[in-house]
Amino acid sequence: MPEGSATTVVVIGGGPAGMAATLAARRRGARVVLIEAGDDVGGQYWRHLPETRATADEHTFHHGWERFRTMRSAIVTDPEVELILNGHVWSVDRRDGRPPLVHVMIGAADGRRRQARTFDPSSLVIATGAHERTLPFPGWDLPGVFTAGAAQALAKGERVAVGTNVLVAGAGPFLLPVVSSLLKVGATVAGVVEAAGWPQITRGWGARPWRLAKASAKGVELKGYIAEMAKNRIPYTVGSAVIAAHGIDRVEEVVVARLTPDWSPIPGTEKTITVDAVCVSHGFVPRTELAITAGCALDKDTVKTDQNQRTTVPGVFTAGELTGIGGVDLALAEGEIAGAVAAGGAPPPAAVRRRKTFREFAGRLDAAHGIRPGWQTWVDDTTLVCRCEDVTAGELRDTARMTGSRGLRSLKLTTRAGLGICQGRTCGRAVEEILAAAVGPDGLLDAGRTAHRPLAVPLRLGELATTGEDAG
Amino acid sequence: MFTTPQVLIVGAGIVGAAIARVMARADCDVVVVDRGATAGGTSASGEGNILVSDKGPGAELRLTQRSLRSWETIRAELHHELPGDFPGLELDYKGGLVVATTDAGAKALLEFAETQRDAGVIAEVVDDARAHELEPDLTRDLTAAVFYPEDAQVQPVIATEALLAAARHHGARIRQQVEVTGGIVEKGRLVGVETTAGPLRADLVIVAAGPWSGAVAERLGVSLPVRPRRGTVLVTSRMPHRIHRKVYDADYVGAVGSGSADLQVSSVVESTAAGTVLIGSSRERRGFDERIEARVLGALASKALLLFPFLADAQVMRAYGGFRPFVPDHLPIIGPDPRLPGLWHATGHEGAGIGLSLATAHLLAELIFESTEGNEFRLDRPGLEGEL
Amino acid sequence: MSIHVNVAGEQVEAQVGQTVAGVLMSGGRVSWRTSRSGQPRGVFCGIGVCFDCLVVVNDLRDVRACQRRVVDGDRIEFQEDDHA
Repeated sequence: MPEGSATTVVVIGGGPAGMAATLAARRRGARVVLIEAGDDVGGQYWRHLPETRATADEHTFHHGWERFRTMRSAIVTDPEVELILNGHVWSVDRRDGRPPLVHVMIGAADGRRRQARTFDPSSLVIATGAHERTLPFPGWDLPGVFTAGAAQALAKGERVAVGTNVLVAGAGPFLLPVVSSLLKVGATVAGVVEAAGWPQITRGWGARPWRLAKASAKGVELKGYIAEMAKNRIPYTVGSAVIAAHGIDRVEEVVVARLTPDWSPIPGTEKTITVDAVCVSHGFVPRTELAITAGCALDKDTVKTDQNQRTTVPGVFTAGELTGIGGVDLALAEGEIAGAVAAGGAPPPAAVRRRKTFREFAGRLDAAHGIRPGWQTWVDDTTLVCRCEDVTAGELRDTARMTGSRGLRSLKLTTRAGLGICQGRTCGRAVEEILAAAVGPDGLLDAGRTAHRPLAVPLRLGELATTGEDAG
Repeated sequence: MFTTPQVLIVGAGIVGAAIARVMARADCDVVVVDRGATAGGTSASGEGNILVSDKGPGAELRLTQRSLRSWETIRAELHHELPGDFPGLELDYKGGLVVATTDAGAKALLEFAETQRDAGVIAEVVDDARAHELEPDLTRDLTAAVFYPEDAQVQPVIATEALLAAARHHGARIRQQVEVTGGIVEKGRLVGVETTAGPLRADLVIVAAGPWSGAVAERLGVSLPVRPRRGTVLVTSRMPHRIHRKVYDADYVGAVGSGSADLQVSSVVESTAAGTVLIGSSRERRGFDERIEARVLGALASKALLLFPFLADAQVMRAYGGFRPFVPDHLPIIGPDPRLPGLWHATGHEGAGIGLSLATAHLLAELIFESTEGNEFRLDRPGLEGEL
Repeated sequence: MSIHVNVAGEQVEAQVGQTVAGVLMSGGRVSWRTSRSGQPRGVFCGIGVCFDCLVVVNDLRDVRACQRRVVDGDRIEFQEDDHA
């Protein structure tokens, strides 16, 4: 039987937004069930060594570590918070006029015979965060090519360096803390390559970058990273991109080229750099599958919310990266508002003010580092796009031409792009954009459908079968 | 009747595609319109079944047997109509194995198979040893099994796109994102349709819009007893190939033949060329409700494990749903609409549209060019009395 | 705290709290799976999104190495896809 009561706020995701929502809902007197897929709270931002391997220098890997410790302690010591760790929300059942049922498998990631539980929340806060977006390039599937987040996660969560001589590339200020983490675990950083050129960056950030009135803490954090790079003599190149990686069984060198303002490589500017790893991220994709399955309306790829973080589904709220990529401060502010309102309270005015400040920051971030369409010109026909099913850009383009179909669904089912076990999380946006360019000016139909994933995470058929018995 | 009529086909699914190709090959001027994209509805939502195993003697079985002959020759025909690097159809004569796990189920299955054999279906009753030779990982708890070597599988979206591309090769035009908004009737005859892209005139308007055919017909001024019947399929991750046939539990036959609106689940388990395993199938009548529900997924999973216990550890990575075009007497509607000259239907194939598409197109061409006498799928048949 | 796991037939020392990916990468491996067309794959996203790093743990396929913490005595094998 589904578990729940008249005042149970269920929060999905134990990152900064979900933690803030949990605490805010508790302050308004609600009982909270916080469901986190990992084995501790903190999310990607405060990812850390597990308690069994705790070290004294953990705080040096983080910003706001004391704040995290305080929030975490308030959550784990509160008997009215049920913290479910290793809780994998695999689906939600949409219902009319009220929050969906929430189905959870509790146990090891990708395990079997885990415990199935179903919650019937009075309010639901979806705070599932984002994952990185890496644009494909020739050789991006070679071992040794990582997302920047992988380098970050392995450094913070494992103390593993992804290589000894590492290039960091892509777009946005998130590349800078990755450099910092790599240095801490002993890697040499060969350089940072930023795709946005100075004109895009300065126009985006405005005349005084990172000097946004109340976002100054963010500015200080970023300045710290820049100082660290200067101290270690790490070159920072703008208006350039990694357009190829070469190697036999792993990356041995990468090709960096200068870009036009629309991110097309400029012929003749290619330089080869010897590395044993490269970390590439061009932005983030909100993890919207549960919100979509719950029936929440989207605005492009983010979840639509009102001033109180309400989605279009009654009783369902969202906070953090799902509403737009904005970083930890915005996530904390939105989480606090969502949790308070989900528990029947009013939005805390201070959080509302912080949200305004950091939304502006988020807007500038996108203007300064947002992906430009010229990237498709470095994706030749032999470039692999879908890493699960090994589908190349040429196959996508040829299929669009030969079938004349403008349908995303048809083109995906014909090529198998995005149909592998990651379900298009890694390649989906690139597949859609390459197909959109291939089908021409009439446009791709059903664009965005890749994000529809009724199963938010795989589960074993045997586990699914026990769900059937419960529901029977 | 007509020599080379102007033909407008509503619906770019597999049935519309097959008709477009046949009519274009007959030198007709063919336009296909779809409110969405090609192969974007029911044709993209099923397993790609070409089945005799679930059909008892009668009109639908005869049409299936005709379609089987067309599927045997289609690859060779398309070879001349498509570029050499067009994706393959993944047409696989893997055969179907229907398995009963109860005594009552065994009795019903064996009786059903006997009636099928009388109608020319190859339905081999197999013993345990043979069943496990066909499917080594099949449950040991079976009470009867019948093997249908004629059952086949095709990748339904590629098949649809191939037929559309072939139609285009013969001069047909495919117009996506063009929605029919009404009919153009002159002197009591349908002479075209109004669309979101303006009026389109035609001698024949053929509605092949699957479960949405009822809504299209309504816009053209007639009612049509075609309703959606929901189905849901689970997809596992890729795995080493351990399921070789289409494998059903014997309840499947009963579920197909039932008209109940309530949820019915019976197992259909098979591998795809891509290495995934598809697990169907549910049947439920509840309009165009697109929700995927855990209770349905759970029921699908439980049933599949009865056939293949080893699947308990398989990762299920996706669930998707679709709508079958359901007709109360379980027969497709193929032929002219006696109430509105100029209007034709090719719809209502429920879960069998992929398999029946080719024969449907040939039958429709005969009805158009030769005679409509003796058409078992006509709209004004006794089985649909009171439904129009 | 040290534990032992078996990686592709070899006994390997590991720390409680390490993920399978952490153990494999600490041991110097950068890839361990082959893709559909036979290409080597290891960790790519590191946060459980890309499924590039799948391994077989105690006979169970499709386990994300970056998400699964090792347990003493785990048997880790490398999984191959059916090649197209």
